[in-house]
Amino acid sequence: MNPSKPSTRPEPVLGVLDLQGGVLEHLDHLERLGIRGLPVKSPEDLSGLKGLILPGGESTCMSRLLRIFGVDEAIRREYRKGMKIWGTCAGTILLAARVRGETSHLGLIDMEVERNSFGSQLDSFTATAVVPSVSPDPLPLTFIRSPKILEVGEGVNILLRMNDFIAAVETPGTLATVFHPELTGSTAFHRYFAVKCGLCPAPDVPALDPGWSRTSWTRHVRVR
Amino acid sequence: MDEKRYELNVQLAQMLKGGVIMDVTTVEQARIAEEAGAVAVMALERVPADIRAQGGVARMSEPGLIRQIKQSVSIPVMAKARIGHFVEAQLLETLKIDYIDESEVLTPADEECHIDKTKFSIPFVCGARNLAEALRRIAEGAAMIRTKGEAGTGNVVEAVRHMRTMNREIRQLLNMPLEEVTGFCKVNGMPYEQALKVRELGRLPVVNFAAGGLATPADAALMMQLGCDGVFVGSGIFKSSNPAVRARGIVKATAFFNDPEKILEASLGLGEAMPGLEIAQIPADKLLAGRGW
Repeated sequence: MNPSKPSTRPEPVLGVLDLQGGVLEHLDHLERLGIRGLPVKSPEDLSGLKGLILPGGESTCMSRLLRIFGVDEAIRREYRKGMKIWGTCAGTILLAARVRGETSHLGLIDMEVERNSFGSQLDSFTATAVVPSVSPDPLPLTFIRSPKILEVGEGVNILLRMNDFIAAVETPGTLATVFHPELTGSTAFHRYFAVKCGLCPAPDVPALDPGWSRTSWTRHVRVR
Repeated sequence: MDEKRYELNVQLAQMLKGGVIMDVTTVEQARIAEEAGAVAVMALERVPADIRAQGGVARMSEPGLIRQIKQSVSIPVMAKARIGHFVEAQLLETLKIDYIDESEVLTPADEECHIDKTKFSIPFVCGARNLAEALRRIAEGAAMIRTKGEAGTGNVVEAVRHMRTMNREIRQLLNMPLEEVTGFCKVNGMPYEQALKVRELGRLPVVNFAAGGLATPADAALMMQLGCDGVFVGSGIFKSSNPAVRARGIVKATAFFNDPEKILEASLGLGEAMPGLEIAQIPADKLLAGRGW
């Protein structure tokens, strides 16, 4: 994937941090909404972006790669200039100001998270919930070795609370979900984030895409 | 395993894409791997290079060691079961690790049957030398595939051969008329339904990592440029002179596999790589990739 120069960038476009993890799945969902996803690997890729998605994956790996090439500083800089950021799963950990038992990473949301809070892969699960701010319909939620948001500070709006933990929050500049909307057929969270970034996603896309399957991401990496 | 559980297991592998899975034999090594940016660790008693050198029967690692390693890191933990040894797999599932590698690096327990992976809730990764082997494992319930390569050699040539073979066979499958698919499947021992899926998708339906003989950042980037979704590094890290630095270099090169300047940066100052073995010098009965079918 060769990102084109900013000057030739057609709108609308959102960035997806492309250091490790579920990058293609987010790019795939953005495409459903008529938004071009730009894989972000270096500080230059961030310039002019209205929004950035931090995908699922391993937060320790992404955090290390963010630091060594200065992408973390560039993200903080663009965030201060108004770029919105959405973290899914590991991305939520990167955004948290406090990570239980570890040092924090970008630290842009006043909240405490616990990594891999449910146990092993055998404890990964799916659920359904209504998130009124995002959609009136029940949304499918996929939790894979998911973190929990344990508590949030003032000014952090809780979008979804489940049993003993918080699953989704937002602030004016951020969105964080401990689950993976990009691993379901639902584009509701991607639409919500795009609108938050000031973009106009395609209006005539079904909220639950019947054309989605768990292999949809593979069309971006066919053997040539 | 119901379809929903299988989907979650395939999706965990998707979250490992672009990452490096490292073999570790102690808690200390597991911590080094995690700190270096590994996306998962493979908990083992002996790395493949030592298994190869010491000979004898290689079995599942001691459960206490696997449990200790699991408790010492927060990234996913994998462990190996012998091919066909479904009770070793039951133990690993009971230990609640995250992924089982049904691996040719261990001495096979069954020379006819691989494990029926559909009976488990825990996900499996399996090795393959070609497309048909990959699809047989997927048909048995594997949620992730890796090349077999030739483990413990520090020689990437077999992993390259296996990846190129899979890609070539996928291209063949894509380009033939439908009426030729049955014959192609018969000749290659390929499950027909799985072959049709590959024709639809233009690739394997699950994540496919490189494994077996990777020792340098350039090896990792090579396998990524050949189309692998991520890499396993077994003996290559903890058999090198400076494991922590080499581990970081391989993580960096895997993430930036298309950027020669960054791969160069990742390759500087790593110390000595593990000693390598010429495949032709290994007696045929000591080759691991031929185990399983």
